[in-house]
Amino acid sequence: MNRSNREERVRRLMVTGPPALPPDLAAEAVRRGARVLRRRTYARRVMWLLLCAATVAFTVWALTARPWVEPPSGTTPPLTGW
Amino acid sequence: MRPRHACDDVRRAQEFRAYVAGAGGRLLHTATLLTAEPRDANPRAQRLLTLALARTYACWDRLHGEDPYDHTRRYLMIRFALSTLRYGGRLPFRPPPGGPLAGLSPQERLILVMRLHEGIGEDQTAALLGLPTERVRAVQNRAMAVVLRPAPGPAPALGRAGTVPS
Repeated sequence: MNRSNREERVRRLMVTGPPALPPDLAAEAVRRGARVLRRRTYARRVMWLLLCAATVAFTVWALTARPWVEPPSGTTPPLTGW
Repeated sequence: MRPRHACDDVRRAQEFRAYVAGAGGRLLHTATLLTAEPRDANPRAQRLLTLALARTYACWDRLHGEDPYDHTRRYLMIRFALSTLRYGGRLPFRPPPGGPLAGLSPQERLILVMRLHEGIGEDQTAALLGLPTERVRAVQNRAMAVVLRPAPGPAPALGRAGTVPS
């Protein structure tokens, strides 16, 4: 018996007797899928919120601390012998 | 914002229900073949299919023309492969085997169903499972030999668990 013949026999064996689809399967899948979607939306919202808060905090800190201004020198040698 | 989202949800659920009504029977048949459960008592296949369908529903708006059947089938296969990996190829409980593929190991069932029942190509099957093509072909040959054995007794099915393909 050649290969394609055997494949055809196995295929015919598998096709017999498809099970009945339970009526609540789609509803359960929708419920679970909707929960995943809700969680994703929530996670995205939290991420944006964190990003905005971090931006605001950085701006406020930069405006108050002004890290780009050269700090006054604390190591000038004392002027003596005038 | 809120009405638009609600409208999207309703539309998506309607499309999804139509898809499940059309393709669900065939997908459940595939899942039942994979888990080797009898056709009337297939809780594991139903759970497998529910999880795969939930995943498809969550990605429904991002399929962009991709076949949802393909999407669900891929996750069904991946989830089944992972669940058998987790238990080392054996299930912790022993369900009553049923269906035409009852005497096969999970990997043999997976490859047989992918290749013959779903008609996925040899290369694609190998890529999805991360196996060499020759290995897929060898496992398929062995599985077909077991299924087509004229007098399937319980003894060879039990003794085959640790054998190496010759």
